[in-house]
Amino acid sequence: MDDPFVIAGESFSSRLIMGTGGLPSLDVLDAALVSSGTEITTVAMRRIDPAAQGSILDVLAKREVRVLPNTAGCYTAGDAVLTAQLAREALQTNWVKLEVIADEHTLLPDPIELLDAAEKLVDDGFVVLPYTNDDPVLARRLEQVGCAAVMPLGAPIGSGLGIRNPHNIELIVESAAVPVVLDAGIGTASDAALAMELGCDAVLLASAVTRAQKPALMAEAMRKAIEAGRLAWRAGRIPVRRYAKASSPVDGMMR
Amino acid sequence: MKVTLNGKAHEIGDDTSLAQVVARLTSADRGIAVALNGTVVPRPRWETITLSDDDHVEVLTAVQGG
Repeated sequence: MDDPFVIAGESFSSRLIMGTGGLPSLDVLDAALVSSGTEITTVAMRRIDPAAQGSILDVLAKREVRVLPNTAGCYTAGDAVLTAQLAREALQTNWVKLEVIADEHTLLPDPIELLDAAEKLVDDGFVVLPYTNDDPVLARRLEQVGCAAVMPLGAPIGSGLGIRNPHNIELIVESAAVPVVLDAGIGTASDAALAMELGCDAVLLASAVTRAQKPALMAEAMRKAIEAGRLAWRAGRIPVRRYAKASSPVDGMMR
Repeated sequence: MKVTLNGKAHEIGDDTSLAQVVARLTSADRGIAVALNGTVVPRPRWETITLSDDDHVEVLTAVQGG
């Protein structure tokens, strides 16, 4: 595999982690997953609905996509830890996307509860992938307690505002020894490309695809943007200059 | 006696097992997990646990999200 995305010792060829919330049907989800090329996909844990038709787990199993349960909706470390433990029991995976939010208005991570939950889950044997603020210090603390990646937001969940503080994302990338996954805020393909150009190892997005007018088409756009951004990062971009620099020779002009 | 199952009150008889209460919601043999009073109970123990009055049971599964 050329340039694999390695996380917790496992290799993936896709650098797009898909969320699944917001799609009208499992058929539309299936089409979006296929065109995204994703190999890791998040799910939420909720009370079972006896009347529910079909399961997302069947769709993911058919596409051989790795299931990554999240702790969405948890406000405290205690709730997040219990949700992760339930997900491990239900889905037979010790991987968890750790979300501990502060309020329903911003859905921003609560750093105190997040760090507490991360430490407890690492101690309990989990591979912890925390959704975090774009704060280099918090990212470092999460890495220090043993998280397998850090997943800073570009902007609030579902906002589509893109990457509001590219400088902080660069600082996180520069100092992190674990993979950095840009999580949340992506609105369109150029946002995802920018994340990769900043040096992120992967992008996690949901709403940008699931709430697009044509989800499968946007999923393809995201796949290509992430591939392009990754190539640009590896290629090494030119320095930004204040003035022009001719690309045609200056010698040999006729007089 | 009364237990709370996914937030709703259920009347149950004496010697009702956790497995019997879970079966009121689902017959799925995978993809679900159960917490009893805030602690995860592995599936092999559902049969062996007898519920008490006022117990809180949560039965969760994976749904679209994130």
